[in-house]
Amino acid sequence: MRILRLALYRLAVSLPCMLIILLGLFLLLQLAPGDAVDALMGQMGSSDTALAETLRQQYGLGGGVATRLAVYLLNVLRLDLGFSVAYNQPVLTVILQRLPVTLLLMISALSFAFAAGMVVGLLAARRVNRWPDTLISMLALIFYATPSFWIGLMGILVFAVKLNWLPSGGINDLSADYSGVRLVLDTAVHLILPTMTLALIYFAIYVRITRASMLEVMTLDFIRTARAKGLKEGAVLVRHALRNALLPMVTILGLQAGGMLGGAVVVESVFTLPGLGRLAHEAVIQRDLNMLLGIVFMSSLLVIAINFIVDLVYARIDPRIEANG
Amino acid sequence: MAVLKSLARSPSAIIGAALLLLILAMAASAGWLFPNDPLSLAGRPLQAPFANPRFPLGTDSVGRNVAAQLFYGARTSLLIGLISTIVAIVIGIVVGALAGFYGRWIDTALMRVTEAFQTVPSFILLLLLVVIFGSHIGTLALTIGVVSWTAPARLTRAEFLTLRNREFVQACRGLGMPNWRIIFFEILPNALPPVIVYASVVMAFSILLESALAFLGLSDPNVASWGNLIADGRRVLRTAAYVATLPGLVILITVLSISLIGQGLNDAMNPRLRRKD
Repeated sequence: MRILRLALYRLAVSLPCMLIILLGLFLLLQLAPGDAVDALMGQMGSSDTALAETLRQQYGLGGGVATRLAVYLLNVLRLDLGFSVAYNQPVLTVILQRLPVTLLLMISALSFAFAAGMVVGLLAARRVNRWPDTLISMLALIFYATPSFWIGLMGILVFAVKLNWLPSGGINDLSADYSGVRLVLDTAVHLILPTMTLALIYFAIYVRITRASMLEVMTLDFIRTARAKGLKEGAVLVRHALRNALLPMVTILGLQAGGMLGGAVVVESVFTLPGLGRLAHEAVIQRDLNMLLGIVFMSSLLVIAINFIVDLVYARIDPRIEANG
Repeated sequence: MAVLKSLARSPSAIIGAALLLLILAMAASAGWLFPNDPLSLAGRPLQAPFANPRFPLGTDSVGRNVAAQLFYGARTSLLIGLISTIVAIVIGIVVGALAGFYGRWIDTALMRVTEAFQTVPSFILLLLLVVIFGSHIGTLALTIGVVSWTAPARLTRAEFLTLRNREFVQACRGLGMPNWRIIFFEILPNALPPVIVYASVVMAFSILLESALAFLGLSDPNVASWGNLIADGRRVLRTAAYVATLPGLVILITVLSISLIGQGLNDAMNPRLRRKD
């Protein structure tokens, strides 16, 4: 009950944030040259101003700014994100088709970065100020400075071109018509390089945070108590220290969600994965403003959803958290 | 001065400064070493590095000089990094200062806008801004700044919240000093150090953002950019890997140098809060 109340409170707080985002998007839409009707007329090859005016009335694009804003907000509320001229389909349909690949990529990259970062950060904290620690800190700094699209290309060069171990792109092998377990395995193999590419920078971040918070937690009194009552070192580390050191890591998880979606745009383009990010790239090239606005809206919703889940997890790990706190 | 002195003792700051000097030297000498337009066709395409003394680092898939593009690309990246960092820091300081100093509804309103900007993935917002405002290099520097001001704003606000009730501020009020003078000439200088340290993070990130945009073919096509060169190298990755490899290494060195300087600055400015990691 406590967790549910907290979650609902957090969700209510994010409503004004969503409204500001929608106002901002509407404002940008007003600044953009031409509207959806101009695009439609261009596609029909017509320049009939009377027809354009009728269409504007029909789509709610006529009238003053206030009317248009009301129409826009109402449409978004009904999840009507408009029609994509380039795809000849409603924007929402196209986005929902592309979403699963991006979610899969984000979840696998996050899990890898979180798990590997935790283990390596623990090791670094155990050997503080000795050479493994220095080496790990140096590597984290270098990973942080590496452009993801470049490391992705280097991965393709080494593992796909030279060694021929992994596929260089796509989500499935198009020449083979797999199904069932084979299909899952095929997808997993195709996702190895993209996952590593997207995860690298977050791996570096998690290593640093785990290390720092482990070093902090290990100096606290309850660790001495745990040792004094005769617990083995492994149990002290995992059951007592790590559980507390996890808190800042979980916080960062929510903060990184937006950055990771942005990273997915680049990674999906490098590995030609049919996800939301690649859709955004295609929308820019085709100047498909409706689609791009829809993607911004949906990705903001996704970030809010991820933060909502993070709040739930956080409250589960740390029983001190209360609503309004 | 004390800051500079302790900066000179920090190994990460020294390595970072040396690497950044290297990149600055590339940017400064570009016009002198390569008087021709770096985007003009210079010779036969895909000549390997060291094969032809005229092209020490080879040519790309259409026959442009790779070395010339690397040197001119340094100008583009540093310029983008500098301008967008200034834009982000100025917006961040103004928003954070107003929110932290006045509090109440101004604080609530400004923080809600900041949250909205933090919720939208910045790279996707950047794509939208590119579609609407175009990708001229000057516009790009501004838009990259516009998507990166939230963290500096939060930092400035936090500093203002702790400083606004200090005695020196009350003394200024007692003297009848106008609010804008208290904000910008009394509190701000005390609030700046953490924001300046964070500027290095913003700068590193803006350079990465521009290179990613250029890689996707969405940056200014009329200037030499490392990201552009990597996009070109991607097409010939199997046969001529050097075209994509070299500019990536240069981006890595540039961003690393800025991060190292930032780390050194952090240690020098907060000697008591010296990082444990």
